[in-house]
Amino acid sequence: MDYLLLQMLNGVQLGLLMFLLAAGLTLTFGIMDLVNLAHGSLYMMGAYIAWTTISWTDSFVMGALLALPIIFVLGLVVEAVVARRLYARNHLDQVLATFGLILFFNELVRVIWGPAGKSIAVPAFLNRTVEILPGVPYPAYRFAIIVVGAAVAILLAWLVARTRIGMLIRAGASNRRMIGALGVNIELLFSLVFGLGAVFAGLAGLMAAPITSVKIGMGDDILILAFVIIVIGGIGSIKGAFIAAMVVGQIDIVGRAFLPDLLKTFLSASAASSAAPAISQVLVYIVMAGVLVWRPTGLFGQRT
Amino acid sequence: MIAALRTPRGLITALILLALAVLPLLTQAFDQRYLLSIGTRIVIWSIAAVSLNMILGYGGLVSFGHAVFFGIGGYAVGILSAHGVSSGWIQWPVALIAATLWAALIGALSLRTRGLYFIMITLAFAQLVYYVGGGLEAYGADDGLNISRSRFPGLIDLRDKASFYWLCFVALCGTLWFCSRFANSRFGYVIRGAKSNDLRMTALGFPVFRYRLVAFTLSGTFGGLAGILLANEGAYISPAMMSWVKSGDLIVIVVLGGMGTLFGPLYGTIAFFVLEESLPHLLDLMRKGWGEYWQIVFGPLLILVALYARGGIDSLLGRRS
Amino acid sequence: MKSKLFGTATIAALATVAAGALPAMAQSPIKIGFVSTFSGPQAAIGEDMRRSVELAKEHLGGKMGGKPFEIVYEDDQFKPDVGKQKSEKLVQQDKVNFVAGYIWSNVLLASLKTVTDEGDTILISANAGPSQIAGDLCNKNFFSTSWQNDQTPMAMGEYLQSKGVKSLYLMAGNYAAGKDMLAGVKRTFKGQIIGEDLTKWPDQLDFSAELAKIRAAKPDGIFIFYPGAHGVQFLTQYAQAGLKGQIPLYQVFSIDAITLPLQKELALGTLGAQEWVNDLPNDANKKYVADFKKKHGVYPSYYGAQSYDAIMLIASAAEALKGDVSNKDKVRAEMKKANFKSVRGDFKYNTNQFPIQNFYIQEAVKDPEGMMTVKTIATAMKDAKDPFYEKCPMK
Repeated sequence: MDYLLLQMLNGVQLGLLMFLLAAGLTLTFGIMDLVNLAHGSLYMMGAYIAWTTISWTDSFVMGALLALPIIFVLGLVVEAVVARRLYARNHLDQVLATFGLILFFNELVRVIWGPAGKSIAVPAFLNRTVEILPGVPYPAYRFAIIVVGAAVAILLAWLVARTRIGMLIRAGASNRRMIGALGVNIELLFSLVFGLGAVFAGLAGLMAAPITSVKIGMGDDILILAFVIIVIGGIGSIKGAFIAAMVVGQIDIVGRAFLPDLLKTFLSASAASSAAPAISQVLVYIVMAGVLVWRPTGLFGQRT
Repeated sequence: MIAALRTPRGLITALILLALAVLPLLTQAFDQRYLLSIGTRIVIWSIAAVSLNMILGYGGLVSFGHAVFFGIGGYAVGILSAHGVSSGWIQWPVALIAATLWAALIGALSLRTRGLYFIMITLAFAQLVYYVGGGLEAYGADDGLNISRSRFPGLIDLRDKASFYWLCFVALCGTLWFCSRFANSRFGYVIRGAKSNDLRMTALGFPVFRYRLVAFTLSGTFGGLAGILLANEGAYISPAMMSWVKSGDLIVIVVLGGMGTLFGPLYGTIAFFVLEESLPHLLDLMRKGWGEYWQIVFGPLLILVALYARGGIDSLLGRRS
Repeated sequence: MKSKLFGTATIAALATVAAGALPAMAQSPIKIGFVSTFSGPQAAIGEDMRRSVELAKEHLGGKMGGKPFEIVYEDDQFKPDVGKQKSEKLVQQDKVNFVAGYIWSNVLLASLKTVTDEGDTILISANAGPSQIAGDLCNKNFFSTSWQNDQTPMAMGEYLQSKGVKSLYLMAGNYAAGKDMLAGVKRTFKGQIIGEDLTKWPDQLDFSAELAKIRAAKPDGIFIFYPGAHGVQFLTQYAQAGLKGQIPLYQVFSIDAITLPLQKELALGTLGAQEWVNDLPNDANKKYVADFKKKHGVYPSYYGAQSYDAIMLIASAAEALKGDVSNKDKVRAEMKKANFKSVRGDFKYNTNQFPIQNFYIQEAVKDPEGMMTVKTIATAMKDAKDPFYEKCPMK
């Protein structure tokens, strides 16, 4: 029972981290109709910038707080220089241009920070385990990720449901031409949303850095998974992205923690141990394909 | 035919085709064997790009998993060869059928979706095959497998670089010919019409889904052909040939060359390979050691193409008549 | 003619190549191609190898057997097809006498035939050692200055066996080399394998589920294979999960001079196996490590040491032949003697042209200046042969 709870918690933590990344992606897609492959680059830049600010301030929290506004500005710059020109384009032009951005950012990082990668230490006050249940230790830092992820999810839910910007976001996601007719300064709204998405991506990157590592291309690996999540959830839907992220987090953990034993009940031990990793590797893709065959616009997507 | 040569586009295309046709003679005369291997890869990738263009350029269906057909064509050849079936007369038809069937299957499932959903579902199926390939321990898993080239006794020896090149060139010409027939047929017009407005096409009574499925399937067949050739070119297969990066490269090539144009994918492939080969050298010329950072130039170049060169290289060759 | 073919960009490229080739022809130096990863996330490894190759060149005074030599570096971008293309360029266009390098098994396998068969050029692998090339695919033109994949984990398994470790939990990335590593440790470790996880490769960021399983399984030790950034990730999460100090960790290729600056204190005390360690007490190694440290301020890694040896191996053959490397049979015969001062100490070549060599157990420690490094603590295997050489038809 303890073990099950622990594994579920691991899934929640993974899901929340993915949600941070997916939220920005689904926002930019839902409102500006932009397929932004470079979202993963913002995740990477978040981690690298935080590495620099943390080494300036000698404090994880201060460094993180300093990094977020820088990432916001970086997001605004990317929006103004490249992204803004892409909103009216077809998806293909967007894919091409933002793919170009990925190449650019990866090499830029290598020029600035060198090829070897960096590591960010877990802040001292979180570098221990907490007992969530007696005898079940859980890394305090991972617990912090859950807290931050949940806080962002709640903040976002409030923002979308209760504020004027949120109203515009919802309006934009369901009918893009509508917000133009409402007499809103669209350019400003788009810049803000893009910057916000960048901050979420950067936050995900810097939160992930102490448990993974800071390396070139770290955003590319995780980007596809983020796309899988927003597609399962339905593009443009924050609620969908959240639910899909939680589902994907649990699926991932189930595939890794329980599938081998599950397979052993009807396969030989050696067949199970070779089949399990192969299946868990493609599990999310199978789930996504299944969802799309069943509902072609995702779980909470707009029907056309 | 002759009239087409009077336009710059026609002239350049004719010169490129002519140059490609005699490439082995040139590389031999100038003792540049390496250029022949680049040429071979350009021709093979062009076949894949032309086949992707059939659905992406003409049909507006952004498949992000087209490299999977490299893999299916290649693995069909490689697996048969690993079991001692070396005759190309068996290997090639089996590979083509495998690619066609797989295309029909994923087409039937994917074409129900649109837009980004379609991009992602084609990617998902490609990743599926990619990981299956990486798990085939009998065939080298992700280390890949060295294979022997297909045999066509008495007809052609694929180990001979020049003969193999010409075979690829003939295959490219065949693919281009088929694509031009496809694009200018009634069938092709339905596909192109559905790109801009599939509701109208449906309203006109065309079963758009079925038309698209046939186009997707044919595109897979030719993709498989490119896979067969690619496996024979390197005498090696590995899952890396169908990684999503390769699918991305194919999209870049088609857009770079000019979507929905017959020769665009060919221009795109040539430009892509020439840039990849020469950009590092050019940067190294500017300053030693810069060559390794060539992607910092290549990236923004792609952005510029996407932003300002809509219609790709093809549109630079003057307006279409 | 070519201008019609490829446009101006190619002319420029060809001009560069030609400009590089012309003065070279006048003196006809010995040319060595070196294929490694110089761009992308794995470029740090390629950089370490290049530094070592350059150091070897410096130590040789730029000459082999009285003849000048030059190195042409090519970037495989960590992709088999690109590696093959670049190898082809080295053989066909640059007409190199030797091709060396190769970090990755799949890049090496894709390039092998192009170099050794179609190009009849000698290839020296400075790292990759897939089982095929040690067995069925062994080739008279192929030499290794590293190891065969199974050997290093075999050495680790042997050591754990001798230390009376009763049970192990195995973890590696789910790819060919990962599976080889687990197979290798199982060849020599006869205790109980309590659990075994092949994790998603290369995109798994999180090991929480596996670490939770390990905690529940309570093994005597954990054996891992996570090269590069993954090794950094695993060590961090292993420590955060509170397992450090409870269940000891044993590794192959997961803690090295490239990852240690990132792993820092987390690595302290962890044992690993390797055929070369920076403190091996022979003169060649002392000189190599000292000069490398002086120049770059960091320790070289085993990738670098193997690359340094690859150049020295070529040099030994060139010396013996007075700089005339045109007769391939003679060159191969000389290289087979391995008559040079390897930084790992002297070794012999087996019939499949993989080294017969010692494997050591190393521990991650801090050096007197406080820099993280590894030191030798035991010899795990003496004069070890790989388990595949009998399948090689060469005698």
